[in-house]
Amino acid sequence: MELQARKLFDRSLTGISIMAVVLMSLSLLVLLAPIFSRGLGAFFFRGTSEFRRLALEQFNRGNAQEVAGEIRIVGAARRPVYEMLSAFEDELDGMDPTRRQGYRVELKEIKSLLRELLGPLPGELEAVMLRQQYGQTRWDRALVKLGAILYSEEWDYSDTRSMGKKVLRSRQKAFAGTRLESLFPYLENNLSGMLRPRFTFYWRFLTDRSLDSHFFGGIWPEILGTIYLTLGAMLLAIPFGIIAAIYLSEFASGGRLVSLLRVCISTLAGVPSIVFGLFGLAFFINTLHLSGSKSVLAGSATLALLILPTIIRASEEALKAVPHTYKEAALSLGASPLRMVLTVLLPAALPGILTGIIISMGRAAGETAPIIFTAAVSVGRPLKLWETLSQPTPALPWNIYNLATEHQAVDEIRHVQFGMVLTLVLLVLLLNLAAILLRARISKKMRG
Amino acid sequence: MDENGQKAHITCQDFSFFYGDNQAVKNITQDFASYQVTAIIGPSGCGKSTLLRSINRMNDLIPGSRTAGRMLFDGQEIYGPRLDVVTLRRRIGMVFQKPNPFPKSIFNNIAYGRRLHGRLGQDELQAVVETSLQRAGLWDEVKDRLEDNALSLSGGQQQRLCIARALAVDPEIVLMDEPTSALDPRATARIEDLIAELRGRYTIIIVTHNMQQAARVSDFTAFLYEGNLIEYGQTARMFTKPREKQTEDYMTGRFG
Repeated sequence: MELQARKLFDRSLTGISIMAVVLMSLSLLVLLAPIFSRGLGAFFFRGTSEFRRLALEQFNRGNAQEVAGEIRIVGAARRPVYEMLSAFEDELDGMDPTRRQGYRVELKEIKSLLRELLGPLPGELEAVMLRQQYGQTRWDRALVKLGAILYSEEWDYSDTRSMGKKVLRSRQKAFAGTRLESLFPYLENNLSGMLRPRFTFYWRFLTDRSLDSHFFGGIWPEILGTIYLTLGAMLLAIPFGIIAAIYLSEFASGGRLVSLLRVCISTLAGVPSIVFGLFGLAFFINTLHLSGSKSVLAGSATLALLILPTIIRASEEALKAVPHTYKEAALSLGASPLRMVLTVLLPAALPGILTGIIISMGRAAGETAPIIFTAAVSVGRPLKLWETLSQPTPALPWNIYNLATEHQAVDEIRHVQFGMVLTLVLLVLLLNLAAILLRARISKKMRG
Repeated sequence: MDENGQKAHITCQDFSFFYGDNQAVKNITQDFASYQVTAIIGPSGCGKSTLLRSINRMNDLIPGSRTAGRMLFDGQEIYGPRLDVVTLRRRIGMVFQKPNPFPKSIFNNIAYGRRLHGRLGQDELQAVVETSLQRAGLWDEVKDRLEDNALSLSGGQQQRLCIARALAVDPEIVLMDEPTSALDPRATARIEDLIAELRGRYTIIIVTHNMQQAARVSDFTAFLYEGNLIEYGQTARMFTKPREKQTEDYMTGRFG
């Protein structure tokens, strides 16, 4: 009986473990799938003629002759639209004032939507903002704009029991009988000819700077900023962390002072990241004046403090795990304690130390709160190396938040937000993968 | 000069060792002969390893330990304030009970000690490694795979590697703390042969709980019991005509 009970227990234990792994994988999938599918949309999409025109004029990419030719073709397809518009405006002038007013308002709306869709209307003055100089660069966004042109949103408050319902009203019906009525079906049927969508692989999303608050362009400043901040944090935290770990594991005498030190390190590990951010602002910027205001230097220093406890802990564990027989052998051959640490202890503890470092790297790359006050700005250009000492920078984690909440046109740039998220996730994933591989290689070399 | 007319390499004068309040080595006064093999035997916990590790000050690593009395190496006080421990440990090497090669290549294991004490050209280093491995009787087995990781060797080979590593820094004394207790009989026999070969070139002090090994390998034997040195003398005589009753009881297996 006992054997059967044990078998049942074993099987249920295995079953529970398998279920836990499956559950975890599913949640990971649920989390990552939309990130990947929508994030890839920032790289793979159907780009319009406006996209290619922008690439040529702003980034100097593409064949000028091809683009010019395309502009002509597209212009020909669009001409009927503009002709219908001017014909309707003439019709308006001859209309009675009451009808005219209603149409005028809606016409203004339609014209501004057309500008967003196709770009500046012919004969108009050069727009000030870059986003007004181009139409939709992405076909999926163009279709959304088309929908807004074809149907207007109205609120129906007739049902008193519920809040207003959103109803779509066909504009074609609204303009029935006018010269503008045929605009809508023409637009619907010929939009692809006016924008010529083509499958585009915009890998330069990663290397282009952003234009006009991320309306166009890529996310290179954010990526570079994240790289600067992470590398800076590592440069500051790694030496201090490893030296502290060596002291704690090899040279500390275990007295009251050392216990206090350990308590401090543990406490530091539990401080909320936003407190780090405020501390960074108060100490590095306002007190030490490392920089006049926000800068990559201050941000890196703050991030370094954040990851320091992790590095110290992981390194100390790794150092303590080295068999003391290695240390004895080294000392018995006439190595001073410091040389023993440098030539035998540290190399043997390297896999563990590296793991701690890479985990911290992933954390530093993704932390938002510490850089809010110390380093991050919403719009910026890629910094040169020496500028990092005094200049702030955009960074992936914070700009994701910023673009998703405080941007003027959050819905317009969804693809950029998801693209940033995908990039950040991939960056951290790649870092961790590199760590695992590096650690495996070193372990193998040491095991013989 | 000690009682047997040998020149002394290590001299203990009323030497004691304490782990905190516990006195593990009690007032030992004895010379250890140069370039001979001396075995320290005794039951478990009698302080033989402690005494051995006191000679090259490896017990310094243990917190709360202290010594009393004097121990001299070539007339110099080992526990004196001006003694350089690093140099001491170069001149007095040690082989441990469990083989402990570094997780490095065979070559780098042997070269490690040599590299600690000065810069050497690659050729000189190569020569030192070869000589040490030959002296330890391991050269033929590993000469084609010096770059292999030392942990890939068998237990007996690893221990010979550790001996070669200790010899590479050119010590005067080699301390061995139960060097064969973790090895199989064949590897044990090889190490015992090795000790016989090293005799005359190095002073060897070997701690062993195996009396037969002491009888086979050593010229002089010291018998410790509960921290006290009960008897010391030439091995041949001690095993046939021990002077102290305790010694005789231990050797005939009446206790320990």
